[in-house]
Amino acid sequence: MPAVSKGDGMRGLAVFISDIRNCKSKEAEIKRINKELANIRSKFKGDKALDGYSKKKYVCKLLFIFLLGHDIDFGHMEAVNLLSSNKYTEKQIGYLFISVLVNSNSDLIRLINNAIKNDLNSRNPTFMNLALHCIANVGSREMAEAFASEIPRILVAGDTMDSVKQSAALCLLRLNRTSPDLVPMGEWTARVVHLLNDQHLGVVTAATSLITTLAQKSPDDFKTSISLAVARLSRIVTSACIDLQDYTYYFVAAPWLSVKLLRLLQCYPPPEDAALRSRLTECLETILNKAQEPPKSKKVQHSNAKNAVLFEAISLIIHHDSEPTLLVRACNQLGQFLQHRETNLRYLALESMCTLASSEFSHEAVKTHIETVINALKTERDVSVRQRAVDLLYAMCDRSNAKQIVAEMLSYLETADYSIREEIVLKVAILAEKYAVDYTWYVDTILNLIRIAGDYVSEEVWYRVIQIVINRDDVQGYAAKTVFEALHAPACHENLVKVGGYILGEFGNLIAGDSRSSPLVQFNLLHSKFHLCSVPTRALLLSAYIKFINLFPEVKATIQDVLRSDSQLRNADVELQQRAVEYLRLSCIASTDILATVLEEMPPFPERESSILAKLKKKKGPGNLPDIDDSRRNVNGNTEHHEPTETTNKSPPSLMADLLPTNRPRPASSSPIMLSAGTMGSSHPFTDLLNLNSPPAAAPSLLVDVFSDLSAPASVEVSEDNFSRFVCKNNGVLYENQLLQIGLKSEYRQNLGRMYVFYGNKTSTQFLSFSSSVTNGDALKGQLIVHAKSVDPVIDGGAQVQQILNMECVSDFTDAPVLNIQFRYGGALQNIAVKLPVMLNKFFQPTEMTSQDFFQRWKQLGAPQQEVQKIFKSQHPMDTDVTKAKILGFGVALLDGVDPNPANFVGAGVIHTKDTQVGCLLRLEPNTQAEMYRLTLRTSRDSVSQRLCDLLSEQF
Amino acid sequence: MIKAILIFNNHGKPRLIRFYQYFAEDMQQQIIRETFHLVSKRDDNVCNFLEGGSLIGGSDYKLIYRHYATLYFVFCVDSSESELGILDLIQVFVETLDKCFENVCELDLIFHMDKVHYILQEVVMGGMVLETNMNEIVAQVENKISPSGGLSAAPARAVSAVKNMNLPEIPRNINIGDINIKVPSLSPF
Repeated sequence: MPAVSKGDGMRGLAVFISDIRNCKSKEAEIKRINKELANIRSKFKGDKALDGYSKKKYVCKLLFIFLLGHDIDFGHMEAVNLLSSNKYTEKQIGYLFISVLVNSNSDLIRLINNAIKNDLNSRNPTFMNLALHCIANVGSREMAEAFASEIPRILVAGDTMDSVKQSAALCLLRLNRTSPDLVPMGEWTARVVHLLNDQHLGVVTAATSLITTLAQKSPDDFKTSISLAVARLSRIVTSACIDLQDYTYYFVAAPWLSVKLLRLLQCYPPPEDAALRSRLTECLETILNKAQEPPKSKKVQHSNAKNAVLFEAISLIIHHDSEPTLLVRACNQLGQFLQHRETNLRYLALESMCTLASSEFSHEAVKTHIETVINALKTERDVSVRQRAVDLLYAMCDRSNAKQIVAEMLSYLETADYSIREEIVLKVAILAEKYAVDYTWYVDTILNLIRIAGDYVSEEVWYRVIQIVINRDDVQGYAAKTVFEALHAPACHENLVKVGGYILGEFGNLIAGDSRSSPLVQFNLLHSKFHLCSVPTRALLLSAYIKFINLFPEVKATIQDVLRSDSQLRNADVELQQRAVEYLRLSCIASTDILATVLEEMPPFPERESSILAKLKKKKGPGNLPDIDDSRRNVNGNTEHHEPTETTNKSPPSLMADLLPTNRPRPASSSPIMLSAGTMGSSHPFTDLLNLNSPPAAAPSLLVDVFSDLSAPASVEVSEDNFSRFVCKNNGVLYENQLLQIGLKSEYRQNLGRMYVFYGNKTSTQFLSFSSSVTNGDALKGQLIVHAKSVDPVIDGGAQVQQILNMECVSDFTDAPVLNIQFRYGGALQNIAVKLPVMLNKFFQPTEMTSQDFFQRWKQLGAPQQEVQKIFKSQHPMDTDVTKAKILGFGVALLDGVDPNPANFVGAGVIHTKDTQVGCLLRLEPNTQAEMYRLTLRTSRDSVSQRLCDLLSEQF
Repeated sequence: MIKAILIFNNHGKPRLIRFYQYFAEDMQQQIIRETFHLVSKRDDNVCNFLEGGSLIGGSDYKLIYRHYATLYFVFCVDSSESELGILDLIQVFVETLDKCFENVCELDLIFHMDKVHYILQEVVMGGMVLETNMNEIVAQVENKISPSGGLSAAPARAVSAVKNMNLPEIPRNINIGDINIKVPSLSPF
């Protein structure tokens, strides 16, 4: 163990680590860690002042415990103290602890900033470096505010050491990414560009990174960097590996800097100045030439470094997209790599070629590699590489090779990894549609897709095929024939049944002439699948049956028998039962003419962007769709204003509303007629029909223009009168006006909740087009997911309908979702918005604990930001039983005999969110004389403490 | 930019974690588990790049990793970094560790976590690459940790001393009076 003697050994630390390693079980390890934590805590809290060495040792232990995955909630102050030590090792460990453990919104940031300021002003380069590292690593706004103007000064000052300059450049870059608005541009910018000429290559590398980011924001200010970068690059590329100090890496001259310079040049179009341009072209040619030279070393590091530069040069060539000869050479080079024995190179070659495929100069050249790429798809052992091959095939596809590529993708799909199947399905569906010359091929392809990978075919895909078939009458007969044949397969996927049901329902007549597919055969075929299907599919099939009655009067009796059977008329599922009843009645009482009108063929859908494409974009992010979007990779990264990535598991409403209403695809009600019938008054023969057939009133908006986005709720004032009443209870009346009453019943379990919303019509007139939806504010998105089931669009006078909302708490939240209600009452549109009483405390699980446990935990949560306290005047009579009920209703367990003062109330619970669980302790001290309360809350999260305190304090 | 650097062993035990973007502690542990799961099931001779797991940002981020004996070194980076460049950087980092620890092994990382952090700090700063020149890195580290300097660092320090000749300050004169205690008995490995 030679290293021990070299460094600054800390014996206690080594012993502790050895102990942990000797632990036989997880429990023993946790026990040892808790013992150590208690020890450190008592040392930190003890009266005896610790010397720097001990502090350093304990902080180091805490770091190790953190590494093992334990939450460290103390020691920050001690670490901050170490910052002001004059001993380098102590200062260093302080900074390390802070940059690993302190997040950007800690309360200590002011103290930390102070220490940083001192070190920056110390003129000691080592200390300055530490401070700069810390700013860069934490990168918070407060730090940016404090230092953003200081750092440029350090960067361009003449007497700054090279290593400090390096750190300062990167520190500035980091602040520019986290808080771009705080970094002032100014006269320093010109001087930064000249750092490209610096003697020290480390400084040049750091400066290049900085300039690249700045140049993306304001390209004009940094135009002068182009010529400097080209000159520098040229010197490196043509150098004979001398004068580069130690920056030659395995015989490659300064590869990292070359890569950075090539990235910088990708911020700009090709240089306009002819001399400069030819110098750059020369550089790029040299790099391409070097790839052909025999390697100077057998080591993989040599070829890695060389190729890193080469790939970046190719990226630049693709970016400029102006020199056909270079583009073709780049393409050939990548072609060589496609068959290289090094997997990494094959991967990168496939990836680069994707972008190359979108250039008009090289698209054809890329296409020549199609066989190799297809081969890669079949033979590569690594799924990452295969995925790149799929991407490239998708990018190089055009009308000439679409059939081949789609066929290959389809056959690959049968064995593809589960993780990438859905994406391939989407890609195949898009290519098939985009390059379909004859739509019979398209229909075949999609049906194949469903056959091979039915489970991965999303709704959008089968909606789309129906949409296309309905819009193109030349393919309808073929589609009907094909689905009819496909349905004969012994085990066909439910998606196929859906497509089959829909298409035969619309166009079954086109193939009915053939005795092999006579109406009765068609019906029997569909009905043979009926019992194997889920409820939505069955509902769709019932609609297909009623369409059959219209298309083929000869099977009417058979179908009526089916509808009349108990399994339909008395089906446990309301939707199915209702359809069966309605369709049966419709077929009995309506005349042929009326049937023909009501059950008319679907009108064509308006043309729109494919919803599948939207889905793929969503899945992959816009940057990864070559050929359709501008495919350039976001070369130089971006700011870190990262939004929470969208979860793709729940399709957002725009997709659901697209094309078809998901839960009731009823082709039966071609609704324009129904709608107009509703306004014609009671003399019209339809009135009866409508009464018995009430639900489709929701359909007009969905079926007539299925593409329109859900009409955004008009802005109305959000009512929150009764909001606070629901903090401690789950049931009651939420809202009431002259027309409508809204009642709630809700239940919660861990991080999930379900709310039943009852809408009562207080008038004697129907509410029409009733709809209600839930919207989350921006802050709330991602914190709370609310999924609202659809609600009946008609509420009869005096009647009540129910809506179910399912909720999931992802992380702690403060805002509340808003329930938007719209309906028509006597012709006037009514808009109501109510704040839904979903609060953080609903996700409480009560926790019983002993007095000892309680106080131990209470002490553990002792950090100042974890506690929130409020003293307030009581608004209601101070009744002990009522208070108890309220605390219980709040969701915590009421702990008796914990508080020495029996008049006080003490509670404990755990907030469950999907991300985490937050333990919470509360104490309420009433003062009856003064009619005041003091409420104290301690949780491990300051935002939670604050929110809970706000909620509860208004209840007394 | 580099979003995170994770080092864990063949059993998924973390040996060094460094996040350059804020994640809560439990999230960090989840990311480690997810990453380990993604990386460890891959054969040794497949490629060194893969798309990031869903927790760390999905396909916008790449995991670039190398597997050395018992340890995985994983860098999670965005599209602004060159894949091969990062692969080289991992190599530089490991070679530097090797120089500083003289035949580095997993145990060194366990018992000298702080020192590993300092070395990393000289290579990557705030998610950006600070230095790729191995000698320079070693010089900085040796310089700071033991001002008396190890033998191995001498030539490199000479280089930087010459380079900095015309500058007023040289970071050499920091006096750290620290006690060196040998660890008496290490647990069997």
